[in-house]
Amino acid sequence: MCLGIPGQIVEITNTADKLAKVEVAGVKREINLVCIVDEDHSIESCVGDWVLVHVGFAMSRIDAAEAAATLELLHALGEVDEELDAMRGSGQT
Amino acid sequence: MKYVDEFRDPEKAQTLVEKIRALVDQIDACKSRPLYIMEVCGGHTHAIFRYGIESMLPEEIELVHGPGCPVCVLPMGRVDDCVAIAETPKVIFTTFGDAMRVPGSSKSLLEAKAGGADVRMVYSPLDSLSLARDNPDKEVVFFGLGFETTMPSTALTVLQAEAEGIENFSLFCNHITIIPAIKAILDAPGVQIDGFLGPGHVSMVIGNAPYDFVADQYDRPLVVTGFEPLDILHGIWMVLEQLASGEARIENQYSRVVPDEGNGPALEAIAKVFELREFFEWRGLGSIDHSGVKMREAYAKYDAERKFSVPDLVIADPKACQCGEVLKGVIKPYDCKLFGNDCTPETPMGALMVSSEGACAAYSRYGRVEKLVPLLGRGAGTGTGKAPQAEVEAP
Ligand code: SF4
Repeated sequence: MCLGIPGQIVEITNTADKLAKVEVAGVKREINLVCIVDEDHSIESCVGDWVLVHVGFAMSRIDAAEAAATLELLHALGEVDEELDAMRGSGQT
Repeated sequence: MKYVDEFRDPEKAQTLVEKIRALVDQIDACKSRPLYIMEVCGGHTHAIFRYGIESMLPEEIELVHGPGCPVCVLPMGRVDDCVAIAETPKVIFTTFGDAMRVPGSSKSLLEAKAGGADVRMVYSPLDSLSLARDNPDKEVVFFGLGFETTMPSTALTVLQAEAEGIENFSLFCNHITIIPAIKAILDAPGVQIDGFLGPGHVSMVIGNAPYDFVADQYDRPLVVTGFEPLDILHGIWMVLEQLASGEARIENQYSRVVPDEGNGPALEAIAKVFELREFFEWRGLGSIDHSGVKMREAYAKYDAERKFSVPDLVIADPKACQCGEVLKGVIKPYDCKLFGNDCTPETPMGALMVSSEGACAAYSRYGRVEKLVPLLGRGAGTGTGKAPQAEVEAP
């Protein structure tokens, strides 16, 4: 119930009521966008956006830049190790 | 699906596990006792079992499965109220699927349905509103439960009903709030928690500021965390980093979904429709002050509590049930005498056995998996959630 699922907005179906078709794992369903529309994000501009869908409502826009930043951080964690290994491998102490 | 596979990368998970190992070695406290990290949210509990995360962690880390499964903390008396409403003539009672099998003092909603009550499972409260639109001669009631994650959806549905002038729709409001529950756990005697994984989707609504007291007053780290395996490992690593350096801060691992300030329109809808109750009864934890919401007077005509007479009794759980101890992390599910005998996912006695987000159901479904099960092999990438049937080894 609390997990939610990512989906992509494919089409605005009712501008006044802020409804849109969202494709979630291959299934299309009408979803309410009230929670993710504001001055900076007009309803028309939402098509193509990835959102987290909870019980019929888009509750958050999934931020691509933040996702990339987190993934990069995770990647960097691994790299430090590789460098250390390389350092050890080269006989440094 | 967006950012699902990326956050299930087995190699990166392995790196994180090694980093976690290294940090554990730096923390003095775990030389003499385990480190207790509570995942507050039932969604995390579910993911932790599904991906075998516990078995990947160093032995010094004990994950404590917290109270964040709304179905699990639903008291028996409230289920009885649901049944009473559902059995009223001309009522269509609608609910999320998870709530169907929670035992009441005499029956569950599923049993009420079998007995002839019109109980229907819906995906969204909006579906319930559509039923009201299509059945003007019936009273359609939606059973609203869950934390701040689901609160906006029911608030917005009530506002929609008002806008359309639909009068045969009402909400049976049993929403609860997470902050007082975290506080109750921190204050409970015998509870030892070193740090928290904060609930990702509650935070997406309420933002990160409400957790400040955990760091400021209780000196514990809390990291708001996502639900993929790498998110959870990353969240644990971030908690440990704080513990290793003796710090306690609120951090956000799940920034791709959780804005620091929460969701404005969602909070507005909640504030408009709901107000805090003086107290709310939690299964296993007892009554907690200001831990639930009710509908404001202005929305009285959409309030099922006012529309129908409900028994509203406090029913004690069966004596042998130890759900409360499990919820607070004082005992493990397999320490409860009923676990696996009288209480199973097929015939649950306690609510922790009902929902897949409940610790007892998770233990009996997935069991204690062997150390280092091929990392994330279960369900990775496919998202089917199929896991091998439990090789349960209760120690
Ligand atoms: S085994 Fe059943 S009764 Fe015991 S704590 Fe778990 S859910 Fe509650």
